[in-house]
Amino acid sequence: MLDFPSWKKAWLWAVTLIAALAALPSIFAASGYDWPQTLPDPEVNLGLDLAGGSHILLEAEPAQVAVQRLENMEESVRSLMANAEPRIRIGDVATNNGNLSFLLDDSSDLDRAREDLMPLVNGTGLVREWDLTVVDGQRVVLTPTEDGLETAVSQAMESATEVVRKRIDALGTREPTIIRQGDTRIVVQVPGLQDPDQLKDLLGQTAKLEFKLVDQNALPSNVAAGIAPPGSQIFPYVDDSPFAGTSLAVRRLGGIRGDSLTGASAGISPQNNENVVNIQFDTQGGAKFAKLTTENVNKPFAIILDGEILSAPNIDEPILGGGAQISGSFTAESANQLAISLRSGALPVDLTVIEERTVGPDLGADSIRKGMLALMIGSIAVIVLMIASYGRFGVYSTIALFFNVLMILGLMAALNTTLTLPGIAGFVLTIGAAVDANVLINERIREERKRGRRVIAAVETGYKEASRAIYDANITNLIAGALLFLFGSGPVRGFAVVLVVGLFTSVFTAVILTRMWVAGWLRKTRPNDINI
Amino acid sequence: MKLLKLVPDDTNIKFLKVRWPLFIISVLLMIGSWALVLTQGLNYGVDFAGGQEIRATFTQTEEAPIAELRETVGALPNAGDPVIQRFGAANEVSIRIKLPSEAEGDPEYAAEMTRQITDALRDGHPDVRIDGVDSVSGKVSGEFRQDAVLALLAAMLAVAIYIWIRFEWQFGAGALFALFHDVSITLGLFSLFQWEFSLQIIAAILAIIGYSLNDTIVVYDRIRENLKKYRKMHLPDLLNLSINETLARTVMTSLTLLVALLPLLFIGPESLFGLVIAITMGLFIGTYSSIYTAAPILIWLGVTSNSFVPEETEADKQERKARSQT
Repeated sequence: MLDFPSWKKAWLWAVTLIAALAALPSIFAASGYDWPQTLPDPEVNLGLDLAGGSHILLEAEPAQVAVQRLENMEESVRSLMANAEPRIRIGDVATNNGNLSFLLDDSSDLDRAREDLMPLVNGTGLVREWDLTVVDGQRVVLTPTEDGLETAVSQAMESATEVVRKRIDALGTREPTIIRQGDTRIVVQVPGLQDPDQLKDLLGQTAKLEFKLVDQNALPSNVAAGIAPPGSQIFPYVDDSPFAGTSLAVRRLGGIRGDSLTGASAGISPQNNENVVNIQFDTQGGAKFAKLTTENVNKPFAIILDGEILSAPNIDEPILGGGAQISGSFTAESANQLAISLRSGALPVDLTVIEERTVGPDLGADSIRKGMLALMIGSIAVIVLMIASYGRFGVYSTIALFFNVLMILGLMAALNTTLTLPGIAGFVLTIGAAVDANVLINERIREERKRGRRVIAAVETGYKEASRAIYDANITNLIAGALLFLFGSGPVRGFAVVLVVGLFTSVFTAVILTRMWVAGWLRKTRPNDINI
Repeated sequence: MKLLKLVPDDTNIKFLKVRWPLFIISVLLMIGSWALVLTQGLNYGVDFAGGQEIRATFTQTEEAPIAELRETVGALPNAGDPVIQRFGAANEVSIRIKLPSEAEGDPEYAAEMTRQITDALRDGHPDVRIDGVDSVSGKVSGEFRQDAVLALLAAMLAVAIYIWIRFEWQFGAGALFALFHDVSITLGLFSLFQWEFSLQIIAAILAIIGYSLNDTIVVYDRIRENLKKYRKMHLPDLLNLSINETLARTVMTSLTLLVALLPLLFIGPESLFGLVIAITMGLFIGTYSSIYTAAPILIWLGVTSNSFVPEETEADKQERKARSQT
């Protein structure tokens, strides 16, 4: 047990020093010095609760994806049937219970209709997206498959994450982290952001822009009562509009969507000094917009954002330049925000903030200062207690403790983990518990000496007999720590990280390193008695 | 140099003499704790109740206008019964509002409420600085509650199974009972004092489970050793001997942890108070339970010295016979 050949010593020292050296960049950074750029620089990340910043958890409602998908399918089916050669005549397309169904005017078109629908039904990916069934030889029913829906949600989340990233980048914040979590969630972490309201506004805006013709034949009394004429639907004005509280009926079909933009910017209208958003369509969108405005001169069209009407200007003349100006009682800020949202594209699905944690940088810095001070005082108290109780053996455990702290920091840096506020408590706890191993060993040595064993034998038995309980205790702690890591989230997880890393380094430093030092000392001095 | 010995050599306290009264007290405390938790409940923080906790500093004022805040925040629609109190220095406050139960299913509610409160704060007080916002919707808090219960149950079971494998089933059962005792009384104290019960407290309880077991394992390890050594000793005497022999360790390991924790408790960051107070209490409860709950239960579960001596197989028997004949 006390035999340490040189190769073993070299190996132990190498492990200790490498792990401890990995802590240096973090210590440099914490004390305000620059770490030389030529050297590798693993550094412990500070959690948002220490560094300050905002953590926002967004969730999408997958049912919304299903609705949107059904809407798109309806449009595709309609245009597919209309563009078939010769045209396939169908009745109204009905949607209910998530299914889509329509009646063929002529049942002999069934085979052609089925053939034309096949690419849609089979989809482009590996899974079939819709089930097609025929009722009474004439009614075609399309039911979304579960796999297809799952893929659609997953794709929607993927592009939503991308849109979120673009919008946050547009705010110019530094090093945001944006990760998908689970099936329907996105985690956004922005260090240094103290007021996340603007960010939340930006992420809460779906930015689905539509231009639709106003249905001028609708009876105002019906519109007010929420009854839409056939082929139209009713949208309310936004709250900021002078027409807030009223609604308009617009034609369901024949409008265009603002999802094919090449640019959007906030500006001031030269006519009336209002805040506006200027948008630029891509070639295809521009052509559609030109056609719409040419065919409907002198008619009003509604600009609809996320299901609410921003404004409904009159089309004075055809707009052929591929650009348009959106007015809608904006403030400079809301115009700018809409421009950002439109530039980054519409979110394929609404996102809701279901959790927010924001910590100001001052509070974080204060926590670090108080935590570090408590850590220092606690460590000194532990060291005093250990040296007073075990003398030279207490000094060994103090040195072990020093390397232990460095190794935890070094390993955490190398593993790219995050130190949180509860993580500081984890450090304190680890320091208080790491010396437990030394207590067990030293008490056993005391006991063996009292029973009359010679020094070497007592030390040897002490390490050997105490090890069993030390390993058992550490494994049970490891189990508890691992479960905390598994089930915990955020800062609490940071606590588990320190505890678990600390268990490994504690056993290494408090048991293995001290044994090496004690063995070296015994070998050199060969004492007849030890003070323990 | 004379070394410090907190427990004198040859200490022999008759711990197990009072095992019955103390065990009954422990059981009563456990029952009382659960009665409290079930009737009075735990004071869930935003993690588990949903809602929001907002911390703010009034940078130009000596003292935060708490009374006025109670009025402005309380006047907000759906604010319910806001808890507004000093948090740290005199010009720092924390505002806590629980999610009303009817808003459990509305994912947007919490974020909307947070916006209202921060707007109200900024409106009347240009010098206010929002230091921290925790806003949790009903959906997330429900998941946190579920995960917390799962983590606690899984941890207790897993470590008990480990002890069972390393020792004997009686020791596993004893450890499980002791852990249940520690967790119950910690919960009971949180219910009694109505301290805020958050995710951090779950972390603390898991840490307690780990460290309470450390002491238990040290005692159990010695009991096992003594069972092999003194095969004829009366079990209560043997347990008493084992506890006394390891008493110095139990005291020292608890003490090192305590002196490390106390500075954090008194001068550490306010946000860690709950976590540290929970671990500190758990430290005392755990040390007590490893002596008075985990050990005596072994008597009632019928541990004998045979538990650790492998039964003689047929081959062993023949070998012994053969040896005795020569």
